[in-house]
Amino acid sequence: MSDLTDLYREVILDHNRQPRNFGELDDADRVIEGVNPLCGDRMTLYIKLDDGRVDDVRFTGTGCAISVASSSLMTERVKGTTVDESLALFKQVHRMLTEQTDENECTELGKLAALSGVREYPSRIKCASLAWHALRTALTSDDEAISTE
Amino acid sequence: MSSAQQQTPVSTAGPITDITSLRSDFPILDQMVHGKPLVYLDSAASAQQPQAVIDAMVAHEQHDHANIHRGVHELSHRSTDAFEAARERVRAFINARNCNEIIFTRGTTESINLVAATLGRTQLEPGDEVLITHMEHHSNIVPWQLICAQTGAKLVPAPITGRGEVDADAFAQLLNERTKIVAIAHVSNALGTINPVKEMTAQARAANAVVLIDGAQATPHLKVDVRDLDCDFYAFSGHKMYGPTGVGVLYGKEALLDSMPPYQGGGEMILTVTFDKSTYAELPHKFEAGTPNITGVIGLGAAIDYLAGIDLDARCRYETELLSYATEALRTLPDMRIVGEAEQKSGVISFLLGKIHAHDLGTILDRDGIAVRTGHHCAMPVMDRYGIPATARASFGLYNNHDDVDRLIAGLRRALELFS
Ligand SMILES: Cc1ncc(COP(=O)(O)O)c(C=O)c1O
Repeated sequence: MSDLTDLYREVILDHNRQPRNFGELDDADRVIEGVNPLCGDRMTLYIKLDDGRVDDVRFTGTGCAISVASSSLMTERVKGTTVDESLALFKQVHRMLTEQTDENECTELGKLAALSGVREYPSRIKCASLAWHALRTALTSDDEAISTE
Repeated sequence: MSSAQQQTPVSTAGPITDITSLRSDFPILDQMVHGKPLVYLDSAASAQQPQAVIDAMVAHEQHDHANIHRGVHELSHRSTDAFEAARERVRAFINARNCNEIIFTRGTTESINLVAATLGRTQLEPGDEVLITHMEHHSNIVPWQLICAQTGAKLVPAPITGRGEVDADAFAQLLNERTKIVAIAHVSNALGTINPVKEMTAQARAANAVVLIDGAQATPHLKVDVRDLDCDFYAFSGHKMYGPTGVGVLYGKEALLDSMPPYQGGGEMILTVTFDKSTYAELPHKFEAGTPNITGVIGLGAAIDYLAGIDLDARCRYETELLSYATEALRTLPDMRIVGEAEQKSGVISFLLGKIHAHDLGTILDRDGIAVRTGHHCAMPVMDRYGIPATARASFGLYNNHDDVDRLIAGLRRALELFS
């Protein structure tokens, strides 16, 4: 299916219009910069950890609708989860973006399933995965810039 | 006789003046993309090739393929003749004095790197300056940056105005006795600006600087006369001017090229080799180490023949009219911001539509069969200058027409609807 409305679902357009958790986080423990060299998009991810949990998470930057919505959806979803849960979620989302996953898996991901439309748009997968790569880097290492390349 | 040479069009009727008749020369345009007829608006990234160019390359591959300048056998002769005939076509195309001034490279990028790595490396000293402009393509920035880092010279960008023109006063002021090299785009790929390179060259040469012009976006659209411009170097690519990828040209004044050390070492560029010392071949071969892109060079020659068969004035008039038609049409859209509004522009329009990111526009248009470029166009400093992350860019070739523009506008309206 290649209908544009499958890529730009209502959830995506909504999160692009009004990104959740947008802005800096003054007392962040981890600050990660993500760059998509293809389009020059940049996002900065701020995470505050508390006892193995993502206590707070915010992001700033510019990007296309897919990357802004993906960042917004990601922050909304991982806030309050444990680091392990977040990393497991990264794997699930990554699979959804790059491989054919079945209905069940998508349903499990709830709102995040809205991102699955990018599978049909190979040039846009990096837009959707940027925030998630930044998340993984933030949770597994110290500060450094990451790139989707 | 070489079959590649037989491809040369014998024009009895004089140059073509009806530009609308040319579209059918480009077989690739006749196809559906995502179920819609293709609208190709990305010629500034790479222009499509007419059948005559494709045929010339196929004929060469089928009948004459052999290495050049090496064999005594018939095919090698034919291949060499076709290769050197293309060099002569390039010479005539830019009005160089002789063929020794025409070096074949992989493209504009390699042409600029060649000058930076030879003349730049041997001539630049700590404190010297390389003057460029703020609108250069990365390939006319990074080679100079690399050589400045090695030599202690300084890279100085001349500022551009809000409309996308080089600030002439600032450019004149930045030229000084430390300026050794001036490297400027003839036409900007990100803004479409046609720079007054003849005047800039005169100013730079008066300051005793060596001048390189990046002509990648100029050769497909403008008459280029290197003797009239009086520049020291002129670089361009085959694939921007309806020829193949992987081939380009460095024009250089013979005395300068003679004084420069070789770029790469290898076969073809030597006269004698011993383990103590090698002597180098005469120009232009001194700068053409290794087996070149023979088929590409022949394709470039055919592209020049193709352009030569079209009336230049008619072509310029047509392209100028199409540019203003497209500019007007885009301006009818709400929240349209055109980036680059120079007085003198070539067929490139960079734009932003409302808050819709260029990348999204690119995808939406692609689903309508419309190919545009989105992103920073290898000119990140230009994006920084205007405080934007990216633009969408429609660029035109001589095969584009009003219908293409109308399709673009309809596609953009759809994007506005989707993101409303
Ligand atoms: C103004 C300008 N300079 C240089 C280049 C580099 O050309 P090439 O990639 O063919 O070496 C381009 C092409 O993108 C260009 O538009």
